[in-house]
Amino acid sequence: MSLIQSLAVMLGREPAKPKPEDYTEAARCLHDCKRANKRSREDNARIQHEIHDRARVHTWRNRRWITLLVVNLLFVASYQFDVQLIEGALTASRVIGFHMADLNSALQVTLAFKTILINLIIGTGTVLVMWLLLGGRSFCSWVCPYHLVAEWAEALHLRLAARGVVKDHALDRRTRTVLYVVFAVLALASGYTVYETISPTGILSRALIYGPTMALAIVAVLLALEVVYSRRLWCRYMCPIGITYAVVGAVSPLRVAYTPEDCHHEGACRKVCLVPHVLDCTKKGYAPDVKVGIGADCTRCGLCIDACPTGSLKFEVKGLDKLL
Amino acid sequence: MTALPPSRAQQEARRRFLRSILFGSAAVGAALAGWLPVAKAHAPRLRPPGALAEDEFLASCIKCGQCVQVCPVKAIFLADIDEGFGIGVPYIPARDQACDFSCDAVQCILACPTGALSHSISKKEEVRMGIARLDKPDACLARQGLGFKGQARGADFPGLLRYEEIDRWNPIPLADHPYDLELCDLCVRECPIEGAITLAPMSTDAADPRRTPQVTQACVGCGVCEMVCPTEPAAIVIDARAEWRPA
Repeated sequence: MSLIQSLAVMLGREPAKPKPEDYTEAARCLHDCKRANKRSREDNARIQHEIHDRARVHTWRNRRWITLLVVNLLFVASYQFDVQLIEGALTASRVIGFHMADLNSALQVTLAFKTILINLIIGTGTVLVMWLLLGGRSFCSWVCPYHLVAEWAEALHLRLAARGVVKDHALDRRTRTVLYVVFAVLALASGYTVYETISPTGILSRALIYGPTMALAIVAVLLALEVVYSRRLWCRYMCPIGITYAVVGAVSPLRVAYTPEDCHHEGACRKVCLVPHVLDCTKKGYAPDVKVGIGADCTRCGLCIDACPTGSLKFEVKGLDKLL
Repeated sequence: MTALPPSRAQQEARRRFLRSILFGSAAVGAALAGWLPVAKAHAPRLRPPGALAEDEFLASCIKCGQCVQVCPVKAIFLADIDEGFGIGVPYIPARDQACDFSCDAVQCILACPTGALSHSISKKEEVRMGIARLDKPDACLARQGLGFKGQARGADFPGLLRYEEIDRWNPIPLADHPYDLELCDLCVRECPIEGAITLAPMSTDAADPRRTPQVTQACVGCGVCEMVCPTEPAAIVIDARAEWRPA
């Protein structure tokens, strides 16, 4: 998938099946082979069993949750116990003395204040390089505290949905793109960091470090909506921070790669994914190559890797195999 | 010929569109509602040393609280969502805990990553947070010629203050430092800025013990006088963001 396509899908375009001429020779061959090989009833039963068993695997989720908790607790400990490893909050901090600034918060401040601030340049530069190497939206799933509580709300939502108590209501994915532009324009026009008023990331991060606030009501309302009305409403359809980091992730070498060879195309990965449009290539006959990098919007959360019974989805550092 | 009723897919697409508009507008509306507290604020907050003009301050502050973390007397707090666009922006509740400059080098300014606390300030005398004002002259003990004995704010007051003569480096609880004064001069005595406040006689009679606090141009508005003032409520307060005017 080209960079432009990957970004377009991230911004809200529906992913499309590749055109016949977009497949590589090897991919065409593979798809033909797979179509020729009809699966028996026993095969299907075995595959369903494998998928069922994989649902108990939480390797990457656990690693991620531990990382997320450790990072956020380092912020808390740095202040509460004066450890001074990561001072500040997720919006801006000093990590062992080095400036770091959240890309989206820095953007809001720059647009509102209309001044280039040298410390912010240094801080965003460091963060930009860091997330370029680490995968962009991996910020969302590996660091953002709202992501963690939203995952718990999602688990509750799915449980209630399975019993038919609640139903998922999708939004148009372009909503997030519109919100991104609106908040940027509002910061520029009003001279205030308008988005920060409701940013659940900032609110949660500050509440963890400096103590609970009334602003947590915003987080509570969002979580309630995600439980009863729309699965992962905020992260999936609304949060502008996701776009900022997705752009960084579009060119990051650290990504999830898909190898269709052993894939059963049952879609277990798409069911657990926060952004299933990035996994469109896992549908039968959709992969344009025998190895496909997953698109910009991927949060590198690893849920698909845990869910995949055939090892067709794996983390990789692009180009590393060629280097070694 | 009647139009066909919309298909299920069309209906779902329409509902999805409406939902997106609804939630998108709600998010923008909720964020913009943050303008109301900013517009309605009748008394400005006391901001940490070096804060830019209020509008610029709200714009440039990245709401990280690094200033909160470095303050040795924990005078700085972050505003909550009831202050709208001011959420996460630092302020100093001087009556509870004033900025006593016990860090000497204005640490909060050094910590600020955006310069919302202006880096052009290097020492406490250059700070301009506001101006002290005798708000309740009739309550002022000095103006009544009265002394003061005991802890300035009572035994339970948690506020800290640095007493150079006790410990140059560590501020101690105000409650651990009782006074016994013939004439109350706490605001003058504990003011960290030299010459910012003086006591002036109220009559030409040399035997008249009454004195009135007079604030001078040197006042930086740190709020120590407001914190230590033993009357309840404080006789002397800080007008946040105010500039000095000759009386």
